[in-house]
Amino acid sequence: MNMNTTTAGLAPSPAKAISIRDVNLFYGDLQVLKDINLDIQPGEFFAFLGPSGCGKTTLLRLIAGFNTARQGSVVVGGVDVLDMPPWKRDIGMVFQSYALWPHMTVARNVAFGLEERRLPRAEVERRVDAALNLVGLKHLAERRPSQLSGGQQQRVALARTIAIEPKVLLLDEPLSNLDAKMRVEVRRELRELQQRLQLTTIFVTHDQEEANTVCDRIAVFNEGRIQQVGTPMGLYEKPANLFVANFLGTANILDGHVVGAGADRLFEVPGAGSIPIPAGTSVPRGAKLVFRPQYATIGSVAPGAVALAGTVTHREFLGATVRYGVQVGTASVLVDVPFHSGDALLETGTRTSVGLQPSSAQWLAE
Amino acid sequence: MASVASIPFRRVTAKPGQIAAVALIGLFLAIFLIVPAGTVIYTAFTEKGTGALTFVNFLDFFRTDLFRRSFFNSVYVAGMSVVWATLIALPLAVLTTRFDFRGSMVIQTLGFVPLIMPPFVGAVAMQLLFGRNGTVNLMLYDWFGVRIPFMEGLNGVIFVQSLHYFPFILINLSTSLRNIDRSMEEAAQNLGSSGFRLFRRIVFPLSMPGYLAGASLVFVKVFDDLATPLLLNVKDMLAPQAYLRVTSVGLTDPMGYVISVILIIVSVFAMWLSAVAMRGKDYSTVQRGGGGLMRRNLSRGESIVAYGVVGFILLLVLSPHIGLLLLSFATVWSYSPLPDDFTMVHYARVFDESSIYIKNTLIYASLAGLIDVVIGGAIAYLLLRTKVVGRRWLDWAATSALAIPGVVLGIGYLRTFYGVTLPDGTPLATLWVMVVLALAIRRLPYALRACYAALQQVSESLEEAAENLGATKQRTIRRIVLPLMTGGLLAGFVTSFSTAAVELSATLMLIQSNSDAPIAYGIYVFMQSPAGRGPGAALGVIAVIMVALCTLLSHYVIERRQKAIGSAK
Repeated sequence: MNMNTTTAGLAPSPAKAISIRDVNLFYGDLQVLKDINLDIQPGEFFAFLGPSGCGKTTLLRLIAGFNTARQGSVVVGGVDVLDMPPWKRDIGMVFQSYALWPHMTVARNVAFGLEERRLPRAEVERRVDAALNLVGLKHLAERRPSQLSGGQQQRVALARTIAIEPKVLLLDEPLSNLDAKMRVEVRRELRELQQRLQLTTIFVTHDQEEANTVCDRIAVFNEGRIQQVGTPMGLYEKPANLFVANFLGTANILDGHVVGAGADRLFEVPGAGSIPIPAGTSVPRGAKLVFRPQYATIGSVAPGAVALAGTVTHREFLGATVRYGVQVGTASVLVDVPFHSGDALLETGTRTSVGLQPSSAQWLAE
Repeated sequence: MASVASIPFRRVTAKPGQIAAVALIGLFLAIFLIVPAGTVIYTAFTEKGTGALTFVNFLDFFRTDLFRRSFFNSVYVAGMSVVWATLIALPLAVLTTRFDFRGSMVIQTLGFVPLIMPPFVGAVAMQLLFGRNGTVNLMLYDWFGVRIPFMEGLNGVIFVQSLHYFPFILINLSTSLRNIDRSMEEAAQNLGSSGFRLFRRIVFPLSMPGYLAGASLVFVKVFDDLATPLLLNVKDMLAPQAYLRVTSVGLTDPMGYVISVILIIVSVFAMWLSAVAMRGKDYSTVQRGGGGLMRRNLSRGESIVAYGVVGFILLLVLSPHIGLLLLSFATVWSYSPLPDDFTMVHYARVFDESSIYIKNTLIYASLAGLIDVVIGGAIAYLLLRTKVVGRRWLDWAATSALAIPGVVLGIGYLRTFYGVTLPDGTPLATLWVMVVLALAIRRLPYALRACYAALQQVSESLEEAAENLGATKQRTIRRIVLPLMTGGLLAGFVTSFSTAAVELSATLMLIQSNSDAPIAYGIYVFMQSPAGRGPGAALGVIAVIMVALCTLLSHYVIERRQKAIGSAK
C-alpha cells in the first residue's frame, strides 16, 4: 500500500497561487455563493469545510469550470480562468465518485488527459508509468476499474489527474467513499504526496477531523458564505462567530446580556450568575458567551474563576474524561473533567456550580 | 443585487452546434411527422371540394351504419384482446417471478417469440389450425361432434392479436413484480397477511403500473392494426376501412381522414388514461442490495398444475409459428389435421423469385434503425446534457409518433408528398425512401427511450472528468459518451430494425411496385391467394429467422460488452 517516495519523473512545476475575488453565483433566484474572496498560497494544502449545501463543492466546481459565475474573477497562477472552458484550465480534479471510465483499463484512464494534449506516444507512456508508480499501482495497469477496490480506484483517479501535471489539484470529498480505516490511511498518503509534489491543493470535506489533520489552512463555509479562514488550531481557539465555534469541536453557548460599562462590564446569564468581561474584550451586539467544555470546572471553582449555578442533568463516561451535562439557567452546558481512577463522580440531580475563567471565555455573535 | 444585474453575462450560453442540431432534427420531424399528421387532421375537418372548415365529415361518419359498426368492432376487438392477453400473461408472469419454477428462463424467452413475427403472418396459419375446418376443429368434431368458432369473424382477430401482443403485458408486469422490494411483502406477512390476500392487497396493487402500461400498449396496437383484419378478411373495422377508402375511393375521399383522426384520438386517449392511472405511482421500491419478491417452492400437486398451464399456454403461443412452419413445407393442407405431404418447393420458389424482398427489407430496416439511433441519440443528449432552447419540443414531437398509427402516417405521406414531384414527374410519395422514413418515424419513440436510458446511466462526472483532463465537448462525446452508450444504442437499433423489418401498415400504403417491396409486403401479397400460401409461409419463416438472428446477435454483443465493462459506476 505504500506509495513511492519520489515524484518518479513527474516534474513538479512551481506551485501556483489561487486568488478568488468577488464571486457570486446564482441558481435561478437562489444565491449559492455570496461575495467569495479568498487567497490560497502556492503549495498550500487548503480545505473547504462546511455542512452539506454550504457551497463548498459549488466553489470547487466553479474553479474547475463546471459552474459559471456572472462576475468576479478566479485567478490561478496569474491567469483568470473564469472565462475558460474546463478543458483549457489545466486544473486537476479528483471526483467524489472517482469517475473512472469503465470502458477503459487503468492505464487508458491515466493516459486519457495526456492523449488529449497530443503528447508523443513515448511521453504518454512514460508519464502513465510515473503516475501509476507514484500511487503504487503499476501492477494493476491493465485491469478494469470495476476490478479494483475502492481505495485502489481512488488512487487511479488521483494518478489520472496528477499525470497531466495540473497547475492545482482539487479533491472533492476524496475520502467519503472509503471505509473508516482506509480513510485515515489515505489521508496521510494524500498529505505526503502533496508535500512531495508541492502542488497547491484544495480539499473539500464536511469532516472537520479530515480538514484538521491534513490541511494547512481551512475556509469554513456556511450558507454560501465563507465564515472564516485560518489554521486548524486558530479556528478552534479563536472562532470568528457562533457558527464556526459550534461547527469545529464542541462549544457551550449561553444567552445573556451585558450590564455596566467600561472596566466593570459584566455578562449576566439569567438564573445562573454573571461573569466579568475582561478589559479590552470586544463584545458584538447580541453576542453570546462561548466556552469549550474542557475549559470549565465543576464543583470546585479555581481562584479568579467565576461560578455559575446549575444542576447536573446527565453524565457520560468517555474514558479519559467524564462529560457532565449541567442545566445553567435556561441553557444546557457541557463540562469535561479529566478522569482519574477513584474519583468521586457527581450524581444526576446534584446542585453544583460551573467554574469558568473569564480569560477562556469568548463573546461571539451569529 | 443591482451590481449583478448591471454586469452582462460573461459566457455565451448558446452553443451554435447545439442550436444547429435542434434546428435540423426539428426540421426533419416537422416535414416527416408533424406536417403529414397535421395534413390528415386538417383534411378531416375540411369540406371536400370547397376546402371550408367543417364538422360535416364526422357527422357523416357517425350517420353511416358501416362506420359506426366498424368503430364498435375496433373497440370490442381491442378490449377483448387486452382481456385475453391478460389471461395468457398473468399466470406466466406470476409463476416466473413468484415461484422457484424450473421453466422460468424458457418462459421469459419464449414470451418474446411472438413479437418477432407480425401477427398477420401467423393469421393464415392460425386459420389452418383453428379455423372451421382446421386441425383442432376437425379433431374436436371427430371426437366430440362439436366445433369451436375460434376464428369466426372478430373472434379470429381477437385470438390472433392476443396471442401476438400478450408479451407486452408479460414483460411490463414481470418487471413490475420484480421491482417490488421483499420488505414490502415481509411487512405484510409480519402484520398477518398471507397467501392470496397478500397477493391481492399488496403485490397486485404494487404491480399495477406495469400492468396498465402493458395493457394500454396492447389496446392501442390492436386498435391500429391493419394487416391482421385484412388478411382474415374482416373489413368492418376502422383501420381496414381507412385503407380501403383511400385505396379504392381515392385520396380525396374525406372518410379515410376522418377514420384516421378517430384512430389518433383513441390512441392518445388510451395512452393518456394509462398515464393518469400511473401518475405518482412509481412503485419501483427495490432498495440498494435488496432482492425482489420472495420466491416460494411449489408443492408437487401445484407443480403438475403449473407445468400443465404453462405447457398449454406455450403451445398456444407457438401455434402460429408451428402452423407457419408446417405450411411452408406443405404440399396440400386443407380439410385435414396435418398437411398431406411435405416439400421444399416453396423455399426454392421464394429464393428464386423473391430474394428482392429480403434485400429490400434489410436495406429499409437498417436505414430506419440507423436514422432512429442517430436522431434518438442526439435528442437524448440534448435533453440530458444541454439546456438549449427547444430540446423539450423535440422530445414531445418525436414521442408523439406513438399516437400516429402506421395507416395514418401512410395516408399522411400520400396526401402530403403525392403532389410533390421529382423533375422526371415521379411523385415523392412513391419513392422507396419514403417507406424508410415512415418506418424510422414510427420506431423513433422506442429508439429515443433506449438512447435516453443508456445516456442516463452514464454518470455526468465521467464526462466532467474528461473535460477536466483537457477533452473538449466533442472529444468527450466521442471518447467517453458514445463508447459507454454503445449497448443502449445497439439495443435501440435492434428494436427499430426488428420491428421495422416486419411492419406492414404504413408500407401497405406507400409501396407502389413489387420491386420496392419489403418482406412483409411480399408475404401479404402471397397470402392473398391460396396458391401463394406455401411460398408466403416460407417467406414468413425466413422473416422470423432473420429478425430472430439479429436479435440474438445483438444480445450476444451487448452481453459481451457489459462483461468487458464490468459494473459501471
